Amino acid sequence: MSETPADDGSKKDARRKVGLFVTCLVDIMRPTIGFAAVKLLEDAGCRVVVPSQTCCGQPAYNSGDRRTAKDLATQAIDAFEDCDYVVAPSGSCGGMLAAHYPDLFAGEPDMAAKAERFAEKTHELVSFLTDVLHVDKVNARYDGVVGYHDSCAGLRELGVKQQPRRLLASVEGLELVELPEAETCCGFGGLFATKYGELSNAIVSRKAADIGSARVDTVLAGDLGCLLNMAGKLQREGSPIKARHVAEVLAGMGDLPAIGEPSKERRA
Amino acid sequence: MSVIATTPKFKENAHAALTDARLQGALSFSRNFTDRRAAAADRLPEFEALRDSARAIKDHTLAHLDLYLAAHEEKVKESGGFVHYAQDADEARRIIVNLCKSFGAKSATKAKSMIAEEIGLNDALEAAGIEPVETDLGEYIIQLRHEAPSHIIAPAIHLTKKDVEEAFRKAHRGLPANRDLSEPEALLAEARAILRAKFLAADVGITGANFLIAETGASVIVTNEGNGDLTQILPKAHIVIASIEKIVPTLEDAAQLLRVLARSATGQDASVYTTFSTGPRRPEDPDGPSAYHVVILDNGRSSMLGGEFEDMLRCIRCGACMNHCPIYQAVGGHAYGWVYPGPMGAVLTPSLIGVAEGGQLPNASTLCGRCEEVCPVRIPLPKMMRHWREREFERRLSPAPLRYGLRFWAFFARRPALYRLATNIAARALNLLGRGKGRLSWAPLAGGWTDYRDLAAPQGATFQSQWRAKSGATK
Repeated sequence: MSETPADDGSKKDARRKVGLFVTCLVDIMRPTIGFAAVKLLEDAGCRVVVPSQTCCGQPAYNSGDRRTAKDLATQAIDAFEDCDYVVAPSGSCGGMLAAHYPDLFAGEPDMAAKAERFAEKTHELVSFLTDVLHVDKVNARYDGVVGYHDSCAGLRELGVKQQPRRLLASVEGLELVELPEAETCCGFGGLFATKYGELSNAIVSRKAADIGSARVDTVLAGDLGCLLNMAGKLQREGSPIKARHVAEVLAGMGDLPAIGEPSKERRA
Repeated sequence: MSVIATTPKFKENAHAALTDARLQGALSFSRNFTDRRAAAADRLPEFEALRDSARAIKDHTLAHLDLYLAAHEEKVKESGGFVHYAQDADEARRIIVNLCKSFGAKSATKAKSMIAEEIGLNDALEAAGIEPVETDLGEYIIQLRHEAPSHIIAPAIHLTKKDVEEAFRKAHRGLPANRDLSEPEALLAEARAILRAKFLAADVGITGANFLIAETGASVIVTNEGNGDLTQILPKAHIVIASIEKIVPTLEDAAQLLRVLARSATGQDASVYTTFSTGPRRPEDPDGPSAYHVVILDNGRSSMLGGEFEDMLRCIRCGACMNHCPIYQAVGGHAYGWVYPGPMGAVLTPSLIGVAEGGQLPNASTLCGRCEEVCPVRIPLPKMMRHWREREFERRLSPAPLRYGLRFWAFFARRPALYRLATNIAARALNLLGRGKGRLSWAPLAGGWTDYRDLAAPQGATFQSQWRAKSGATK
């Protein structure tokens, strides 16, 4: 191998080289999701690299700023050029990379072809584990009753639905309950949540009520944006229900403070 | 100008809707629509394939629209009817008012038509001394209340039984004040009795059209109340008002589209009444109008052909997109401020009244994609909302804080090393701000968020800085 493997104890040869697109929200708000993703990928026999990266460009793309979106797309495509796969712990960013990048360069054949190749090797984390690496169980324990929220882009742009449920079924101690409105948007929508705060609040209030009606102590999802929104609403309403990223639970990191909870040392 | 738009005030409209407890009660209907559509789709194994063929029929028609419009006109003429083309709302109103005058009309019954709403037909008829009588129950109720429809197939969905009772007591003078109107059946019976007399007295019947069939020259309407049939059969003249994209090539095509229409709209396998009308009464017909006119409206639609919004012209007005839309479910249809609400309205409105007026609507969306998921003709609604945002951004119509905010953020996002440094500082600072609680109830520049929910504090150093600190591979 020409490159130095990740210095983390996993030393298999000829492992697939996976570039982790950590996503800007995970990078800034909750790095533990990134480390959970690294653990899951390495456990499944991948070599993980984290190329220098910023944002996939979705905020610009969805705000109509196509030029900035293209610049950031080009930057990401170049940064992951020599990775076998690009994996993101997010359906939303994954959808941007895999479904929207090719659209972004429609009419520019060279870049479009590049974006298409990039899109083909890009996956959302959990569906990559199940559909590409054929992982069918994880070694993790979580004592709780959990509901899984299907984030919109993961569900509708990438077809992520059964994959997380399948892996969660192998987590010891975990009971999975279907939320009545699991497929209904939480009202996050990126900048929408602040541009239309009142409307976003109306939608997430309904989501919080749906979660609250379901006898769960934890809500999981594959997207930190949705999770920040749902956790923020549940906490503002004084609900004890915790929010966690599915990768953390699958990686056996379910004992971390939940999203928006104080860290343990400080609480003690 | 046909109907005054309040779309630029979408946020204020939405605020009013969200704080209107009565409206919020009325809006809880949405689960019925979504559950019924899902059940109807599940019952029909070929439903997804039908959606594909519905889309193909509409795409084919749009690609040859001129030919099919001409063929339709020929057939209407053959059957003894007339076709009129109206460039805009003003011309359409003029044509219809003049036709009504030529028939000496004092009153005109109307079956539900969104095109009539789009051109503001009722006001024009009233101004000409012709009484317009809405005969669809929902339309009748909102006409009494001097309101616009809040949904394209369920115009009075924003109202409760109590609201309808109040409207009837106010409008139906001369009936016993102590009559019992507490049950829907009583309301229905009262409306039916009043409308029956209006049907018989009307000189002209005006209907919309779900489809215009080029092969036969027929117009097709679907209703659940039968009011459309009485509207078009009883008076001496029948005027159809429809927009250019309502054309389909053949009867077979219309039949295919009908199979996805009712299922997507109300979850019915078919609407209670599906009525085809072709020309005026023939000598051997026992009844029917003696005159038949079709008014075909453009009003900006032809400029959508061949452009990035052409797909929107596939719309068959089933309302599934709004039924499944979290925004529509939260605020109802009136907040959208013009004729067409929900996702289809968010795309169509800027096309018809301009992005400067209608630009709020395509922005007020989480782009969750549920509308596209249920659209019977697979219109990529989120993509087109994004196109409108692009047109807006290009013309600098987006709000200044958004434009400058994006520019500031993009400055860092284009410079990875600087970005890593800046985000690491910001993450640590916000972590300190939330120290002890793990979350913030206030954060700089995030009032739209923290007014309503807490914001989790960052855990501390960013992922990338931690990864690099422990010599994780970057290539």
